[in-house]
Amino acid sequence: MAEPESIALTVDEIVVRVSPGTTVAAAALIAGSHTRLSIAGEPRAPLCGMGICFECRVAINGVPHQRSCQILCAPGMRVTTGRELAIR
Amino acid sequence: MSRAFDILVVGAGPAGIAAAVTAAECGLSVGVVDDNPAPGGQIWRNGAHLPASARRWKMRFEAAPLVRLQGWRIVDRPQPGTVRAQSNDAEFAPDAAARDGADLHYRQLILATGARERFLPFPGWTLPNVIGAGGLDAMVRGGLPIAGRRVVVAGTGPLLLAVAAHLASRGATIAAICEQASAAQIAPLMLNLITQPGKLWQGASYRWATRNSRYLTRCWPVAARGDERLRSVILQRDGKQWTVNCDFLACGFHLVPNTELAALLGCSLDNGFVSAGELMQTSVPGIWCAGEPTGIGGVELSLLEGQIAGLAAAGKTQAAQKLARRRRGALSFVRALGRACRLDSQLRHLAAPETIVCRCEDVPLHALRVHTGWRDAKLHTRCGMGPCQGRICGGATEFLFGWRAGSVRPPLFPALVSTLGGTQAPVVTTSPEETL
Repeated sequence: MAEPESIALTVDEIVVRVSPGTTVAAAALIAGSHTRLSIAGEPRAPLCGMGICFECRVAINGVPHQRSCQILCAPGMRVTTGRELAIR
Repeated sequence: MSRAFDILVVGAGPAGIAAAVTAAECGLSVGVVDDNPAPGGQIWRNGAHLPASARRWKMRFEAAPLVRLQGWRIVDRPQPGTVRAQSNDAEFAPDAAARDGADLHYRQLILATGARERFLPFPGWTLPNVIGAGGLDAMVRGGLPIAGRRVVVAGTGPLLLAVAAHLASRGATIAAICEQASAAQIAPLMLNLITQPGKLWQGASYRWATRNSRYLTRCWPVAARGDERLRSVILQRDGKQWTVNCDFLACGFHLVPNTELAALLGCSLDNGFVSAGELMQTSVPGIWCAGEPTGIGGVELSLLEGQIAGLAAAGKTQAAQKLARRRRGALSFVRALGRACRLDSQLRHLAAPETIVCRCEDVPLHALRVHTGWRDAKLHTRCGMGPCQGRICGGATEFLFGWRAGSVRPPLFPALVSTLGGTQAPVVTTSPEETL
């Protein structure tokens, strides 16, 4: 299934394999998740796709509020979405 | 880190690429800051289906002796002639030096900051998978699989057909393409394009690629329905409503220029756009602006403006003036495009009282209605005070209430305190052929 040069990372502790050049935002959606939770606790997912709207915020390697649509997946990256953590 | 350049270009879309390549070919030291993972901006984002001219410009950009800060964004202007940037991975990068950011000193600054989509609130627009038209296109170019998914493309502007055609080529089912404008409103744009057969041909090829999908004018979404994600969209045309099941609603109401950095630097704006003279000079000496921030005009005009700005900033005034004459003829397209994309006033009534307008701070329409202006609403409701700083809701409230966002203050984007605190590193004057 996985391409030889695919990148393995985890999204909410689920292993996801993506091709190089894939954004973390795409990986979150591939893993079946949204990205952040709104103040009222509603799931939100990328809107603008270009680093403006901040709806794509996830935690990367434990650091919250990272704009996943402008960051590329890297091997071993740990991504945590609003599904796992209440990130605002 | 601290670097000094003859010319610093902000943005690596078509305008920024043209400006940087042109200035570097004049023999000056040129730096380029761009916040995306790869150059190309939104329209030339990586992936297949790039026209030959885009590939040629990107190759020239790769070959030019430039210092590239790719994946960096400008957050502040600590003093005249200097901007401060932070890399997108600064906060989780193992390299501690990344947290200090970079001070970029320039003699001349060229702003090519592009545009974003305008989003209008309607019930359900905050559901996951309700996304911009360009937004979904960017996600797909960033690796999101779309084959076999049902997509409704809606909003206004030429971007809709381009996005629909690209998604269809990737195997998506385009359930409908909904253009809010009437056919009569769009017709003059087609007439304007008679002088630009390339654009007409491109439009025709997009429509051919989506020939199995309905293209509906005077049609827009009135609600999105779903649970943890979008399941269906209610569309309206001529007072009739119907439901379409879909996986994505790709919806954008034309473009809004990114003028925040220009405003922070003190450049005059006119009707929301950066004021630029015929050589793309702004009101601030030494600062130039090219591409969509000066008027939404598409790729070809952006390339032309980028070259004019690059030549003018490099002191090649005569060569710049020659190109400026060509630009004058192309400006009628900007006006025709603006008229074709003028929003139907009925779209002001899509949002229900409880519909969220400011997505960062969860501010609903009814909380905003009672206020007299942007500043008043901000102070009382926190509208526009979240991390996007009103870049999304500001485009909506401008249309809904006629509010114009007020002054811009640093930081332009959320930034590390260590970045804002500044760098003590010595200034490095750049030599060519470096990539940071």
